[in-house]
Amino acid sequence: MTLVLPESLRDVEAVTRVATPARLEYDFTAGRATTTFLRGILEHKILGEACPICHKVYVPSRGACPSHGVPTSEIVELAGPGVLVSYCVVNVAFHGSVMELPYVGGLIQLEGADMFLMHLIQEASPDEVRIGQWVEPVWRDDADLEATLESIRYFRPLDRPDATVDEAGHVVSWGPATRGGAA
Amino acid sequence: MRDVAIVSFAQSHHRRAVEDLNEVEMLMPVTREALDNIGIGIGDIGFTCSGSTDYLAGNAFSFVSTLDGIGPWPPISESHVEMDGAWALYEAWVKLQTGAVDTAFVYSYSKSSSGDLAMVMSRQLDPYAVGPLWLDSVGCAALAASAALDAGVVTREAMAEVAARSRRDALANNEYAQLRFDRTAAAVLAEPDHVGLLHRSDCPPISDGAAAIVLAAGDRARELCDNPVWIRGIDHRIDPMALGYRDLTDVPSARLAASRAGVVPAEIDAWELHAPFSHDELLLRRAMGVPDDAVVNRSGGALAANPMLTAGLIRIGEASWQISSGESERMVAHATQGPALQQNLVAVLEGDR
Repeated sequence: MTLVLPESLRDVEAVTRVATPARLEYDFTAGRATTTFLRGILEHKILGEACPICHKVYVPSRGACPSHGVPTSEIVELAGPGVLVSYCVVNVAFHGSVMELPYVGGLIQLEGADMFLMHLIQEASPDEVRIGQWVEPVWRDDADLEATLESIRYFRPLDRPDATVDEAGHVVSWGPATRGGAA
Repeated sequence: MRDVAIVSFAQSHHRRAVEDLNEVEMLMPVTREALDNIGIGIGDIGFTCSGSTDYLAGNAFSFVSTLDGIGPWPPISESHVEMDGAWALYEAWVKLQTGAVDTAFVYSYSKSSSGDLAMVMSRQLDPYAVGPLWLDSVGCAALAASAALDAGVVTREAMAEVAARSRRDALANNEYAQLRFDRTAAAVLAEPDHVGLLHRSDCPPISDGAAAIVLAAGDRARELCDNPVWIRGIDHRIDPMALGYRDLTDVPSARLAASRAGVVPAEIDAWELHAPFSHDELLLRRAMGVPDDAVVNRSGGALAANPMLTAGLIRIGEASWQISSGESERMVAHATQGPALQQNLVAVLEGDR
């Protein structure tokens, strides 16, 4: 079929782009496990949950053990310090970012946990940050705690001998038992 | 072709809003029950496929976190469709046909309640011409209903009968359904118009829920359960995306899918049709040649519980229950997706005889 345009539409500029803004609002349900975690944060506690079969500790837990497909039913309180198992130095600003460049985002395996928490690493120059480094959470003042991971402002280096992290990014040795620094 | 059967089905008690659990917590008991029914674990499954959409969760990659609920580590062979779980079942059926696996696990779920559902569903329209109008899913259905009423292919009385019968059948037959009550068609007709010419009762409820099915091929199906329900034919077809290209009073893709799936209406003793709106059932009946006196939606159908992207898979599961219980011998299960019955999947299911 040959399309014959009316005279008024001939030789007009082609439409090459259409913007269709969309905005949808949702009520997010944290669920049982995330509620446990967030309520812990309000009390200055980091609560993980363990699988009843393999006893791996997830923090924050989404509610299921991916190895066994069962609810993570045992609540485990973690001390707070952990080991940096991977990190990224961010040198490029992006829309909505409020961070001063450069800054470091880290994957942290908290002591006693089997999965990683992502958070900011501060009070450390990016060129000093390294895999295996111990870090500790810096909390907001108790009066300002809210049910959000942002109640932990960031993690900062802890003066303690480095842990050993394998190629897959898991801590294989948490380092010498003697602890230094102020935990 | 390999013989493929449904060997287990489980579903949640569908609710208006599951406010205490996240998606994976809502899904886990259902997937667990489907596996426990036949005494197997995820390690006995050759291929897993799920159906859901992040648009409903309002959360990117929500389907990946939900996968945790079935235990995907160590890694399993797995896939996902941004479609009703019925299409996940189709993918699993194809995988079984290749001979690569003998068992497959299919699940779908949604929290339809998280956002403004009708507006969320408007995002499935084409993003250039219709999407910017924010034509919502109820408005879209009302357009089709008006067209069908104008054309004389449906009547408001027949629509009200479907609306009333669906909730009444759910009351009698389906403890998992959400809307279960006995209200007459006359009461439906007496309701004020809700959207366009649709009464509230012509529309499905908003439902949160989940469903899971285990498929197995040949002898493996007979090992796993005493009364496997065989998929004798399955096909899915699609009508054009642009509403303006379509005759909204007809469902050519459902007719074609039924024909390709081998549906012979006179040989079918009951139907589970995924008809979210009351006129949808009437249009589907016409398109697929469902006899006037046929048993349709003994479960109450999507008008009694409509977890998005799950109500289609539930039709297949419900049909499998009705066959394995001996209530029916050969059934048609149908699923739909997209605005105004755009995409349709039809399966013919049969028990061991």
